[in-house]
Amino acid sequence: MISELLFMNGYGLYVWSAFAFTLFCFASLYAITKIQFVKEKKKFIAKYGALNPKRASFAKSQGTIKEILSNTSNI
Amino acid sequence: MIKYFEVNKIFSITSKAPKYVLILFIVVLTIGLIESLIFSPEDYKQSHSVRIMYVHVPAAWITLGIFSSITFLSTIGYIFKIKNFFLISKSLAPSGLIFNIIALVTGAIWGKPTWGTWWAWDARITSMLILALFYVMYLLAWRIYQNDDKVYKVTSLITIIGIINVPIIKYSVDWWNTLHQPASINILSKSTIHSSMLFPLMIMTAAFALFSLLIFLMKYNTELIKIKNKGLDRL
Repeated sequence: MISELLFMNGYGLYVWSAFAFTLFCFASLYAITKIQFVKEKKKFIAKYGALNPKRASFAKSQGTIKEILSNTSNI
Repeated sequence: MIKYFEVNKIFSITSKAPKYVLILFIVVLTIGLIESLIFSPEDYKQSHSVRIMYVHVPAAWITLGIFSSITFLSTIGYIFKIKNFFLISKSLAPSGLIFNIIALVTGAIWGKPTWGTWWAWDARITSMLILALFYVMYLLAWRIYQNDDKVYKVTSLITIIGIINVPIIKYSVDWWNTLHQPASINILSKSTIHSSMLFPLMIMTAAFALFSLLIFLMKYNTELIKIKNKGLDRL
């Protein structure tokens, strides 16, 4: 059963490599996108933290900034 | 109507959605992999190599769908000056390119045992390669003109020229004698694929669509934060 699943009448190498390549692409794209997201979020938090209280409260009054700050959990 | 496309409203949804989409994607992909690698039958002609179809076909469908969506959004965005449509298009492009690469590579892997060659300058395969080049040009344009209003014009132009290639890809197997087989699934006429193969194919298509949605949401959130970072610089 397991050897049949692995070798697939001699097509196993082709089938498994196609599926492995697909999953590798998925994992790579997910990792790259996540790294970019975390990097931008860290940059945002650092910039926001460097603002003086008056500017920070003005920035916080903007909807999206409020959302970014409230949504601290990562994807 | 336009107020529904406001960045603040959209961000409140897109920032929460990815974790749920990721869970759903893992569940659907697991079912799809079990169905396509274990339960689906082998083909009487192609034997087990037919299983490559379960990654090759959904990838090809989704890359074509994404490019068509990018063209539609860019054109509408350019005509009505809706910048958010460009942001959505830009966020869709990376997953479109990845699915295009998957379709090309898995097609080559399928080609070797079926046709005896990894690559042929066949109309379907060549037009898919051209689509990948349009994706690359589109993403490069965003890199080159990132701080310039010219980017909207250039990316719209690339997608409008590129969309000419989409019907060529679709009908290439009917218009020319190609190594690539004709479509087995037709919306308007009866499909020639058996339901035991159609079911895993649909599950895998759903999984791939969920993955492109996940990447789109993450990329879109990143783009919004980038914009806000620029806004904080100006404060």
